[in-house]
Amino acid sequence: MSTNLTIGKGINAGLRRAMEADPKVLIMGEDVGKLGGVFRVTDGLHKDFGADRVIDTPLAESGIIGTAIGLALRGYRPVCEIQFDGFFFPAANQTFSQLAKMRRRSAGKLKLPVVIRIPYGGGIGAVEHHSESPEAYFTHTAGLRAVTVANAVDAYWMIQQAIASDDPVIFFEPKRRYYEKAEVDTEAPLHAAAPMGGARIARPGTDATLVAYGPMVKTALQAAAAETERSIEVVDLRSLAPVDYDTVVESVKRTGRLIVTHEAPLTGGLGSELAARVTEECFYHLESPVIRVAAFDTPYPQSRLEEHYLPDLDRVLDGVDRAFAY
Amino acid sequence: MSDNTAHEEPELVQLLTPEGVFTEHPDYPLDIDPEEVRGLYRDLVLVRRVDQEAVALQRQGELGLWASLLGQEAAQIGSGRALRPDDMAFPSYREHGVAWCRGIQPRELLGMFRGVTNGGWDPNEHGFHLYTIVIGSQALHATGYAMGVQRDGSVGENGSAVISYFGDGATSQGDTNEAFNFAAVNNAPVVFFCQNNQWAISEPLERQSRVPLYKRASGFGFPGVRVDGNDVLACLAVTRSALNNAREGQGPTLIEAFTYRMGAHTTNDDPSRYRVAAELEEWERKDPILRMRAYLENEGLADDAFFAQVETESDRLAERVRHECRTMSDPDPLDIFAEVYAEPNVHIDRQRAEFADYLASFEDSGAEGGR
Ligand SMILES: Cc1ncc(C[n+]2csc(CCOP(=O)(O)OP(=O)(O)O)c2C)c(N)n1
Repeated sequence: MSTNLTIGKGINAGLRRAMEADPKVLIMGEDVGKLGGVFRVTDGLHKDFGADRVIDTPLAESGIIGTAIGLALRGYRPVCEIQFDGFFFPAANQTFSQLAKMRRRSAGKLKLPVVIRIPYGGGIGAVEHHSESPEAYFTHTAGLRAVTVANAVDAYWMIQQAIASDDPVIFFEPKRRYYEKAEVDTEAPLHAAAPMGGARIARPGTDATLVAYGPMVKTALQAAAAETERSIEVVDLRSLAPVDYDTVVESVKRTGRLIVTHEAPLTGGLGSELAARVTEECFYHLESPVIRVAAFDTPYPQSRLEEHYLPDLDRVLDGVDRAFAY
Repeated sequence: MSDNTAHEEPELVQLLTPEGVFTEHPDYPLDIDPEEVRGLYRDLVLVRRVDQEAVALQRQGELGLWASLLGQEAAQIGSGRALRPDDMAFPSYREHGVAWCRGIQPRELLGMFRGVTNGGWDPNEHGFHLYTIVIGSQALHATGYAMGVQRDGSVGENGSAVISYFGDGATSQGDTNEAFNFAAVNNAPVVFFCQNNQWAISEPLERQSRVPLYKRASGFGFPGVRVDGNDVLACLAVTRSALNNAREGQGPTLIEAFTYRMGAHTTNDDPSRYRVAAELEEWERKDPILRMRAYLENEGLADDAFFAQVETESDRLAERVRHECRTMSDPDPLDIFAEVYAEPNVHIDRQRAEFADYLASFEDSGAEGGR
């Protein structure tokens, strides 16, 4: 059955289906219960699954991730909600030094099926700590998987895949796109969905490859649509760790140019990593240097300036122009 | 909510009943003249008015967000007026009343919520640190600052003290508990002022603590006291006493101001999803402003002319706040790169220059938004 869902509702429906399928799946976080989360992503789950499975935790992120580790060690599959990107950091120790490393330390004897959902990115006019794009910290940490979604179809399926994964998965939700809609076939079998590890060609093209993920996919598609003379291929990365380099490299081999765009600051961002890898793997196919269109290396600014800070359609098009200037 | 009836426990320090009847407290004598009492009333009314205007301005799209202090005026004014000029306060994000006491102009507060600044005032000039949004962080900053005060030899007769503000939810954070411990083992001159407004967004106190919050202090080895947070006189007396103890070298105190958040958590929140109207009605009877007004009238400490004058002043203030908010201009885009580092930074300079060129390219082409 096909249903018209927003990204937010898609995640909600995916969570519901995962909870119905497996009684070990738990939801935990601040305000996830009666309120349904500040973005209402867990709306209705508390009512239907009860306070034992949808846990309003004390206001302590280290506590949320730390106890989720313990629950996972005991056979549960906790899905933790961090309320906003900027509030993840109190949980950094538990995530980076504990969660990420336990499987290897136990020589594979321990499983850590913990999902950490983080609404991330800017563009909603919020006060500070509510608009950050911290994905590079996670992609730099071995032992964690990181994914993000750009449409409701992926939202619905990928949250279920993240929960089913025996690895810890950081699930980045593009908060400014929560209300974007798409048709989702909510009754297809889970195994039939595109795996969360792979990138997706969101729009085919022949002259340049534009890589984006999460909130920037929409902007990238707009940029490709605005380019009437040049044919731009848009790749939606979906998985940030590991990155599906094969899809990107194949695309660049066909188009000869690569532009990467993200909301996160330029330096040390995923764009830098892609530029390095693509240069290594298809140097002789490249017609121009890899161009990065990212946010600045400054703290996220006051909201009245975020339109300047975040790469917008013009900045992405400017990046495309730069790639064709060679 | 069993704990929420605990305000009737004997340990709640109260000087003014909800009906405005004054009783002395043996441990917290209040040395205050009628002029100061009227001043407290004026403060309560004016900060409530600023708050109401800010909520309205948010509804009109002039502010991105506002965290209302409605119901918490007495806790903030009482504790704020207990501070001396050289004391230092470390607020969270709802302390508009304390900011008022520290001489911060309402427009300086609005800037952050309008999105024109991430700070808004000089913390050293006012003895009032920047608002802190990441819950619990500032409790450690306050403690470290107090450790500095101690090292500077500024503890003693004319010493100064530090105060940290946070909510009931914040007591769950590691940072807050670490602050308690650092303060205790160092005997730091810091007062922890917890405004227990019963809710952390949608989560009631029972989701944060199984013990009354003021009792936490004893586990760390310092005194804790619960004060009626809707009683400005009690908040003043208790905070003064704790600050004096701190500055005289007797170390930290945890004050739990037992109060209630009468509005939504912020303008983004919808409390009807998680709390019942009856609870609000119960607390409306304990309104901090009504109680002070009743006291002033009962004791003949203020006449009609005084109340009328405060009313007029409040109208004028509201008008000023509206005007100042609406006429606040957006920052220059290049402000993004300002003050990221103290030292010159080539990396930032380069990005700034590139972005300036990029912006200029639109001006040259004369087009709105480029191509
Ligand atoms: C570390 C962190 N986690 C989550 C949040 C989101 N958040 C903002 S306010 C709030 C509730 C705070 O409750 P409390 O400490 O009781 O203070 P109050 O707002 O009631 O004054 C939450 C969860 C945050 N700001 N910081």
